[in-house]
Amino acid sequence: MAEISVVLPSVLQPLAGGQSVLTTPADGAVTVGRLLDSVTGTYPVLARRLRDETGALRRYVNIYVNGEEVRRLRGLDTEVSAGQEVLIIQSVAGG
Amino acid sequence: MGCMNASESFVLAIGTKKGLWLATSQDRKQWSFSGPHFLMSEIPSIGIDTRDGRTRIMVGVRSEHWGPYVAHSDDLGASWTEPEQGAIKFPEGTGAAVERIWQIYPDAESRPGVVWAGAEPISVWKSTDGGEHFELNRGLWDHPHRSEWGAGYGGAAAHSIVVNPAGDNVHVAMSTGGVYRSLDGGTSWEPRNKGISAYFMPDPNPEFGQCVHKIAADAAVEGRLYAQNHHGVYRTDDNAENWESIAEGLPADFGFVMLTHPRRAGTAWVVPLKADGERIPPDGKLAVHRTDDAGATWKRLDSGLPQSEFNAVLRDAAGVDSAEPAGVYFGTRGGAVYASADEGETFTEVSSHLPDVLCVRAAVVAGAPVTAAASA
Repeated sequence: MAEISVVLPSVLQPLAGGQSVLTTPADGAVTVGRLLDSVTGTYPVLARRLRDETGALRRYVNIYVNGEEVRRLRGLDTEVSAGQEVLIIQSVAGG
Repeated sequence: MGCMNASESFVLAIGTKKGLWLATSQDRKQWSFSGPHFLMSEIPSIGIDTRDGRTRIMVGVRSEHWGPYVAHSDDLGASWTEPEQGAIKFPEGTGAAVERIWQIYPDAESRPGVVWAGAEPISVWKSTDGGEHFELNRGLWDHPHRSEWGAGYGGAAAHSIVVNPAGDNVHVAMSTGGVYRSLDGGTSWEPRNKGISAYFMPDPNPEFGQCVHKIAADAAVEGRLYAQNHHGVYRTDDNAENWESIAEGLPADFGFVMLTHPRRAGTAWVVPLKADGERIPPDGKLAVHRTDDAGATWKRLDSGLPQSEFNAVLRDAAGVDSAEPAGVYFGTRGGAVYASADEGETFTEVSSHLPDVLCVRAAVVAGAPVTAAASA
């Protein structure tokens, strides 16, 4: 079965057991939301860093699919195909 | 408690815009620092819980990127624990998410394990397991006034929680909403702001909507509380049924801080700021003011403070310890932290050039001072 990879920024890797890439098997397209459910299922602290308790993506967390930030696509409903890579990058906000 | 002995020491916790610093001392003058802990996260709330024979430091952490959470340490910051499922989060169905934890308040000795929290959006929370899991207070969350509460500049939050050690009285202060009181341990809530002006509203004497900045209880007089408002310093002697001004004698009636003595009746501290146009210490001269007669008179205290200081002191950037005489501590938005071992008569600058100081808490703890380790 094909996989979908989620690449974590270094600052979040300690919350995923030190892994830089989380993968989940996929035999078809899944939404970013379902993908996050899958790869963070065993890492609840990591899950909370990305999304708040309503499920919304935190304001300064950016997720890229095919080089496009998902807010410009369909947000967490954006579909990811098997074999694709998803990037999680913190925005440059802050002072 | 009486004078210090060799088996006790002091812990000072300084929450800033970019992390937490911890310090220990035996004389409240020489401090051994560790930090920053939680670098690049703000620490707007700290609770030091010395009940149950241990020292637990609880912090409200907030990263601009990664959100808020509560962590705790039982070893003076050598290690931190964040409960795996999260200590504080809104229940499903509320549609709300915690933005910032503004207050962490360990309850009385008689209720070990109980810790209260105040958060943004305006909400009060209660833990019965030493701050590891908090439950939303539904009585306040479902209050019919909630849709009318507003946001101050810093956000809409419940920032002060005062619990009566002997009974079921709980007072909460929120910006902006004013003071709310529960007589049944937090089940039901009523606004209690009579006598407090809200000059910025069409009706300057509303039932609620006041911009209270901080409240504190008199430890020795039942039913007496003090309030520092957005203009106005007040006292109540009847459990918040009526408030009266005690601002006379202060150089300004604006400010954020309100501290009370850990044991002695009538003693409170404020740090006046000139407002609304300036929001700096009056004339750029930083001073703490203390009353020993419940607000009838005030004494200016500035020994050891800088000649010139243009930074404000925020509502939780000040604290007292429980020693005799009581220690008084505060920090500025310019990152200076001052400590007094004699109730404010003289201050020592214990740290300088930190990020903006958001929260300061101090406590007397068992055991000789140890150097808190840097981590997180």
